[in-house]
Amino acid sequence: MSRKTTAKESEERPKHWVSYPRFLWRSLALATDGSWAFYAWMTGLTAIALVGANAWAGQVSSGMGVTGMSDHVSWGLYIANFTFAVGLAAGGVMMVIPAYLYHDDEMHDVVIVGELLAIAALIVSLGFVVADLGRPDRFWHLLPGIGRFNWPISMLTWDVVVLNGYLLLNLHICGYLLYMRFLGRKPNPKWYVPFVFLSVIWAISVHTVTAFLYSGLGGRPFWNSALLAPRFLASAFVTGPAFIVLALQVVRRTTSFRVPEGPIQTLLKIMRVTVLVNLFMAGAEVFTEFYTGSSHVAAARYLYIGLHGKTALVPWIWTGLAFNVFAAIVLHTPKLVAKRPLLNLALVLVFSGVWIEKGMGLIIPGFVPSTMHELVEYYPTLTEWKVTAGLWAVGMMVFTIALKVALPIFGGEVGAGERSWKRDDAPDSDPEPAPAE
Amino acid sequence: MSALNRRRLLKGAGATLGALAFAKAIEPVFEFTANLSGDEFLQKHYRELSPDDLRTVLARLEAETKEKYGADVTIRDIRPQDGVQFGYALNLSTCIGCRRCAEACHVENNHDRKTHQSYIRVFEMQQGSFDMEQGDATYDHPVPQPGRYYMPVQCQQCDNPPCTKVCPVEATWKEKDGIVVVDYNWCIGCRYCEAACPYHARRFNWEAPEISAEEINPNQSYLSNRIRPQGVVEKCTFCLHRTRTGALPACLEACPTGARVFGNLLDPDSEIRWVLENKRVFVLKEELGARPRFFYFFDV
Repeated sequence: MSRKTTAKESEERPKHWVSYPRFLWRSLALATDGSWAFYAWMTGLTAIALVGANAWAGQVSSGMGVTGMSDHVSWGLYIANFTFAVGLAAGGVMMVIPAYLYHDDEMHDVVIVGELLAIAALIVSLGFVVADLGRPDRFWHLLPGIGRFNWPISMLTWDVVVLNGYLLLNLHICGYLLYMRFLGRKPNPKWYVPFVFLSVIWAISVHTVTAFLYSGLGGRPFWNSALLAPRFLASAFVTGPAFIVLALQVVRRTTSFRVPEGPIQTLLKIMRVTVLVNLFMAGAEVFTEFYTGSSHVAAARYLYIGLHGKTALVPWIWTGLAFNVFAAIVLHTPKLVAKRPLLNLALVLVFSGVWIEKGMGLIIPGFVPSTMHELVEYYPTLTEWKVTAGLWAVGMMVFTIALKVALPIFGGEVGAGERSWKRDDAPDSDPEPAPAE
Repeated sequence: MSALNRRRLLKGAGATLGALAFAKAIEPVFEFTANLSGDEFLQKHYRELSPDDLRTVLARLEAETKEKYGADVTIRDIRPQDGVQFGYALNLSTCIGCRRCAEACHVENNHDRKTHQSYIRVFEMQQGSFDMEQGDATYDHPVPQPGRYYMPVQCQQCDNPPCTKVCPVEATWKEKDGIVVVDYNWCIGCRYCEAACPYHARRFNWEAPEISAEEINPNQSYLSNRIRPQGVVEKCTFCLHRTRTGALPACLEACPTGARVFGNLLDPDSEIRWVLENKRVFVLKEELGARPRFFYFFDV
């Protein structure tokens, strides 16, 4: 394959109609080529996604009676996961801020991982919104211009705007940078830096608006708190970095992409703050609820200690809190942080802990007791677990494929020309990069 | 065959297999769409329908009811009248908690028989307490019990409805006579309104309602008691198919103690006005600022 001449031409006068399809074609090849482990991983995820798709199809066909939700607890596992996934998407910004605002060069080298995570997590969160719709066939009613988009009155329309906007921003940033690297050209800051800065603000907004969905409801005292949005952000900045630190280690082991230690340490530093802020806010809420002891405490009582013998959430929330506390201890003990397997365990636990706390621990007590103080509990059904597993499997597939395409191009192993793209500051003696496989 | 070609072939086979498996996995969706007509799918919002469109839609809905439920029904589009603002009041001193109102609602509004759905929940309250936490809507004993009073709760038709403002697609709104309605053919089933309502007034059709042809109330209207589709939200409409044509709500007619008072708030001679002017009335959860049009009072 000799593409030297075309590459040279494209450098002088880019023919995007030739090189862009080639970029897409090459990306497709990258996305589908891999080791046996890669194929096994993707096949496993596909299988889970198919089980989820099948469960969702059954739900569409026979109605949402197949879920554990009721008129008393009208949102459940789907909206819990939606909320969590939005946080994960926003969490990626904790790489973007050091990379672009503080010019951390090492972070800059791996920042694409955070941006791709945002894309995958947004797809997951939008998937959960669709899974929760009773009439997904009427999705077009939401399209501005064609349907009747109740913007700016409904917070849900704001959420549709910010989530899709954030998705487009990240797709643009990642797509543009990858394509430029593929061409071997220096990205023009004009075409991406403003978008990166916008994406920083936008990341904050996606999770703020998602919190406003709940905190704006006066009839639900458990949610009707100004602390909700800040708490959402604090927990998002726990889960995002936790997931990225784990992902970076997997990338380091399974690819030839260079993952420096600096970004991992930076992310851990961020987590040391956010994990405590999150726990502090949880404590502040618990104090306000229980010390006041008004009837508003009913939901918190149901969540933490059970109400009138109903205790479905109690084991969940204490597990979630214990995971958060464990991670806080590990992160603040240098000796323990140095033990990578223990650190990784703490990261997995804090990720699960926030998933519990912000998922089941936040959405369900909003409905228990109900607005008329009826105590109806909620247990997700197998259908809901299948759909949930399926959507996360889709998210992992998107993330895997995105990394599979992005890292070789970013690492300079793959490009329009045969030579690798080098950063200006890269040492000249840089040897030919290792092949992808 | 070269390694590259073999790999390509395997990839193609894998992709085909995946696509086939996906088609198989989502097959149940096609069972659903098979029952969905193109006209239904493309139907515009109620308020965008021309009179001609509306006639077609109503005829289609009647035909669908015939096809799915085997009943001949008339579905009308009944608009609000000028100079009418509906209000409802309930006398807590005389309510005995018999739940006949809830049952009448069940029958009048073609609710799902299996779940015995109704827009009204009657709470048995502790004498001396207004704490809803002391209330019980699932009581199953002779009424009235000593030391208890009874409080039926249905849609309060708020003047500042928290439910309509959260709807992302404007599928629910307040009509000019004060009734909050839902376009069942526009609702996407996100249930945000159900989360927003402070009075637990909204219901979701978790499954398609089940009701036998003989039990169906054939006197129906588009915005109220026609049989709702699966996967959409519904609510009390003050029986607008009755009240907009001069009749009283089914729940009121069923009440054996005369605890319910309904009427036009703009009519100075109406009973509802007399109650509001002469009784010490209150609304539920006034502090939330939803401004209900459903008033409660004690007689003594």
